[in-house]
Amino acid sequence: MAVVYQKSKGLTDKELHYCPGCNHGIIHKLVAESLDELGLLDDAIGVCPVGCSVFAYNYFSCDMQEAAHGRAPAVATGIKRTHPTQPVFTYQGDGDLASIGAAEIVHAAMRGEKFTTIFINNAIYGMTGGQMAPTTLIGQKATTCPLGRTQEQAGMPIRVSEMLSTLDGCVYAERVCVTDIANLNKAKKAIKKAFQLQMEGKGFTFVEVLSTCPTNWGMTALKSIDWLKENMIPYYPLGVIKDTSAEVK
Amino acid sequence: MEKELWKGNEAIAEAAIRGGCDCFFGYPITPQSEVPEYLSLHMPQHGKVFVQAESEVAAINMVYGAAGSGMRAMTSSSSPGVSLKQEGITYLAGAELPAVIVNCMRGGPGLGTIQPAQGDYFQATRGGGNGDYRTLVLAPSNIQEAVDFVQEAFDIADQYRNPVLVLADGLIGQMMEPIEWHEIPKRTLPAKDWAATGLHGRGHHNVINSLYMDPDECDDFNAHLAKKYQTIKENEVRYDTKDTEDAELLITAYGTPARIVLTALEQLRAAGIKAGLFRPITLWPFPEKALHDLAGESHIKAILDVEMSIDGQMIDDVRLSVEGQKPISYLGHAGGVIPTVEEMVEAGKKALKEAE
Repeated sequence: MAVVYQKSKGLTDKELHYCPGCNHGIIHKLVAESLDELGLLDDAIGVCPVGCSVFAYNYFSCDMQEAAHGRAPAVATGIKRTHPTQPVFTYQGDGDLASIGAAEIVHAAMRGEKFTTIFINNAIYGMTGGQMAPTTLIGQKATTCPLGRTQEQAGMPIRVSEMLSTLDGCVYAERVCVTDIANLNKAKKAIKKAFQLQMEGKGFTFVEVLSTCPTNWGMTALKSIDWLKENMIPYYPLGVIKDTSAEVK
Repeated sequence: MEKELWKGNEAIAEAAIRGGCDCFFGYPITPQSEVPEYLSLHMPQHGKVFVQAESEVAAINMVYGAAGSGMRAMTSSSSPGVSLKQEGITYLAGAELPAVIVNCMRGGPGLGTIQPAQGDYFQATRGGGNGDYRTLVLAPSNIQEAVDFVQEAFDIADQYRNPVLVLADGLIGQMMEPIEWHEIPKRTLPAKDWAATGLHGRGHHNVINSLYMDPDECDDFNAHLAKKYQTIKENEVRYDTKDTEDAELLITAYGTPARIVLTALEQLRAAGIKAGLFRPITLWPFPEKALHDLAGESHIKAILDVEMSIDGQMIDDVRLSVEGQKPISYLGHAGGVIPTVEEMVEAGKKALKEAE
């Protein structure tokens, strides 16, 4: 009998703790498959964040380090600078990366650190129970903006891919989502490309994945997919935000 | 061995290279900036890693990443910068990662002053960050000790899988004096089979982590740490004494003030007062038993603690060790003012008189 589908070798047998309808599981799978298909699993070192994916070290089968909140890019810098030939990645959410870890991600990108960051943007703090993130949309309700985010109170949501793309050290930034098969395939292609460019020593590579949070958005899994498409994609457009990899030796 | 004239911070930096440091992650702050300056040139020349981080917070987390993947990693800073590193230090302790941290203390609180002080004793010896942990703290009293301790700190850190802090001050960092490069004592070090280096065929993945969701597991882990700290207490206590055999006045001091006490002892003895010095070298673990036993000697009449801190911080450990056997008085300045020999002599005479 032919095997048509099996769990990636990049994932352990540990059961995922994520809520129903959350995209983390799919994104984990894409990262794991990408590492495996590129032959990088045996060499890779990953860094997980504080947030919903804090336990990602239980799910990826490669060596992992758990960072303090927001510090994954600094931790990855310490790893990559001392292991320059090995694939290194961080997996971070929006509170971790765009709020408390804003300095670390900006400076890692500025230095052109040769690791890959997978950035999960679900426009909310998931693990702590639905507080406002820097990426929370205007009008979107959260437990720390119960009447909806206003520009007057909290400013406009941050577009991290665009911001990092202003830095020369960032050679590749793409925004993707995993709401349907076509987008899922694009997301996988982007993740693989980021790892490939990293291994070619091009510079800092960044994939932003728009993701759902049915639990904290207060809607069903299916409804949350619609909400992402209708609200997030117009403000966070999908596609390649930056690719200067061909210009970098 | 020939003596060489070195500036303290540059000697500390060179000692790191000689101690086998693989990578240094730093950030400028007076009075320790010569450490990253020196290493920015010399680490790459030795094929090693230097990164100037965007902050002290980032620097200590780079140390975490490098240490977690099996490298000998170091950072250095001065008081306000070391405050920023506390998050990273507690994570290092929690993940049981070896690392070396140098603090060239300056006056505080807040921005304080850039002159030498000892106001970070509590922070250094009580953990400093959140949670129940300790870092081994070595306190050099001159540049020779600073270079010896920095080299040895890497081995101590590796032996116990624990951060080691070298607690110097701005004077040691900024002054110049002749030193010799010593071979440091060899230790048998455990293999770093726990490090996240990439699988490379290993059958299981290594995870560097300090998170325990199960309270019993967290409790067990803390018990494991406590056991390790007990072993460090049994093995690593260091102190020095001078002229204590017949002393009626015992002065306790560490680091720069302890060095000045040596001159004060001469003047006190010349004035007919038998004075001696007890100098803790490891501030944690503190040499409790040695000080307790010495304070119990009948010839000791009074104890004077001298620090570069306004009301004293180490004096708490002195009191806990002496356990009320003898009266303890205090002399100290903070804010970058260094206690003088004259003040020490005066305070010593007063302490003895009050004891009588």
